[in-house]
Amino acid sequence: MTNKDNKSITETEFMNELYRYKKGSVSRRHFMQVTGLSTAMAVVAGSAPAMFAGSAFAAEDLGNRLNFATWPNYMDENNIAAFTEATGVHVNVSVFGSNEEMLAKLQAGGTGWDVFVPTNYTISTYADLGLIQEIDLSRIPNFSKEHNDPVFTEQGIYNGKVYTVPKDWGTTGYVINTAHTRSDMTSWKEFWDSAMNEYSSRAIVHDYQLTAIGNALKYFGYSFNSVDPAELADAEKLMIEVKPHLFAVTSDYQPGMRSGDAWLSMCWTGDAVQLQRDIPTMAYVLGKEGGEIWSDFYAIPTGAPNLAAAYAFLNFMQDPEVNAREGIAHGYPLIDSRAIDLLPEDLKNNPILYPAAELLSALEFGAAVSLTNPDRAELMARFKAA
Amino acid sequence: MDTSVKTKAERRRKWTTAMLLAPATLWYAVLLLLPLVTIVIFSFGERGPAGGYIPAFTFDNYLNLPTRSKAFFNTMTLAPLGTLACLLIAYPLAYYLAIVANKKYKTLLLVLVIVPFWTSLLVRTYAWIFILGGQGLPKLLAFIGFEGVRMINTPGAVLIGIIYIYLPLMVFPIYVSLEKLDTRLLEASSDLGASPLRTFFQVTLPLSIPGLATGSMMVFILLMGEFIIPQMLGGGKVYFIGNALVDVFLQSRNWPFGAAFAVSLVLIMLVTITVYMRYMSKLAGGRDDVSVM
Repeated sequence: MTNKDNKSITETEFMNELYRYKKGSVSRRHFMQVTGLSTAMAVVAGSAPAMFAGSAFAAEDLGNRLNFATWPNYMDENNIAAFTEATGVHVNVSVFGSNEEMLAKLQAGGTGWDVFVPTNYTISTYADLGLIQEIDLSRIPNFSKEHNDPVFTEQGIYNGKVYTVPKDWGTTGYVINTAHTRSDMTSWKEFWDSAMNEYSSRAIVHDYQLTAIGNALKYFGYSFNSVDPAELADAEKLMIEVKPHLFAVTSDYQPGMRSGDAWLSMCWTGDAVQLQRDIPTMAYVLGKEGGEIWSDFYAIPTGAPNLAAAYAFLNFMQDPEVNAREGIAHGYPLIDSRAIDLLPEDLKNNPILYPAAELLSALEFGAAVSLTNPDRAELMARFKAA
Repeated sequence: MDTSVKTKAERRRKWTTAMLLAPATLWYAVLLLLPLVTIVIFSFGERGPAGGYIPAFTFDNYLNLPTRSKAFFNTMTLAPLGTLACLLIAYPLAYYLAIVANKKYKTLLLVLVIVPFWTSLLVRTYAWIFILGGQGLPKLLAFIGFEGVRMINTPGAVLIGIIYIYLPLMVFPIYVSLEKLDTRLLEASSDLGASPLRTFFQVTLPLSIPGLATGSMMVFILLMGEFIIPQMLGGGKVYFIGNALVDVFLQSRNWPFGAAFAVSLVLIMLVTITVYMRYMSKLAGGRDDVSVM
């Protein structure tokens, strides 16, 4: 067998090997070895960084894989494809439904994530538990501090250390389908009262502790972040009373709203934008008592296996044009003013995305304690099991 | 000389048996016993400040279980009910496939029973959200005069989802036991003057008990841990033990409490299944070939 020496292989031999490989009688590795393709691949791979000479990616080996954990409907697929094309790094996306779930996974360890998307109130918990690493901003030249509103970026800084780069922000209000409901609803009190009276079996409450409890606390005018036992008891009483009247307890509220079964639902900015785009009778209400304002970030878990690729990814996403495309895709307000400038006018002037200042001023950022407080977690579990 | 050869051969046979069983033993030790022991230990612990587990020895987690009695109640009613409904629908179908159906079409019909498995359970359940939602069946019912029927997010919707998803798991074991049925026994029963109904209850049914028991067990065990169907078709309003487990582990991150949940679920299953199998083997006339799968 001449090809054992790996020197040369005739066309006939190559085709024979290819057929054997296709039929599955030899392994891919065997096929690559005898045909010399593995050597060829190694050469190509070796020269790949040189092909990007002049780009920021040439400096170091990025590897070929990046594990990215994010939320549903929260990115532009084309941006991911463009990143892969530019760097050769394939992005493996996993989608999660809650910060608690992400925290539980990271606490259990072995996620293999390189980049993930936490919300503001989780940062200090992650940092205290040593689950995320400090960000070296010098490796993200596309990030521009002066173009990012400190109201949001400060949420990603803990004990003076930068743990995140900003992604977007939003609010938590409620969406109403004015084809069926009054159009003059303005408060959380109206939301809960109508849910157990005239709109019984038509309302959806988030399957999410922070917002479900926070907005029940707002009914009484308490802080969104309260962990006071007496105030939580009031909120629980209200929630248990409303429970049998609800259409659903779920964070996947778009199907219910779209089918017309549900008429009002707790709602995040982007979902309201998407719902209103398709069904113009949908309106978004920010409770006048207040409620939640939040911001999401990119962060790197401790021990991320593909650190270089993670930084390349963060830098790529901070590019204003990429960022603007993200904003168009997910429908949440952006933080970087360079990217906001690139948005279409109808997005820039949409009051759901950029509400009036007096409505915003009543809102609170979720606090770390609201996420980790065991009483709130227990309350939510009792509400769901009720 | 003779004996040493014999013992040698015997030793070799034992060695072979051990080697062949090793993968399965390792599988059970690492993937069943080890996690089970971990869960039992965790169930006596305490929740950490940010969630997770802190070693302790307390019965609080178990004492806290009654606060979730609704989850136990929902599971313990809808799981047996779903199993029974599956059984009642699957038996005639399996009977038809095994005994009545034309041999020519049998394979095709069997494939049709499996076809739903070719699509992800999640996708099929999502389809049911739309079928049972306001724009689906209720709209059709309103059209023929039944206004305001609410289907989605009710225990009924969950039951429909359960029957839909689990039916094939019940059909196949019953089919297999009926397939093996010696039809000459039916002829003999008829020759001896038994009515078709009596033949069914005294010959066919007892002989199909193993398949029936296996199918019921498979469906029941899986249903007891079910959480996707109640989550999606119950809209968070029909709450199973499985949903409580997901919530406690992933949302509350109260691992010890979740572990207590899991242990109690295992205990409930153990008791139910033992009772059920005893009863089934009695029903099958004390035959000993009725075993769990």
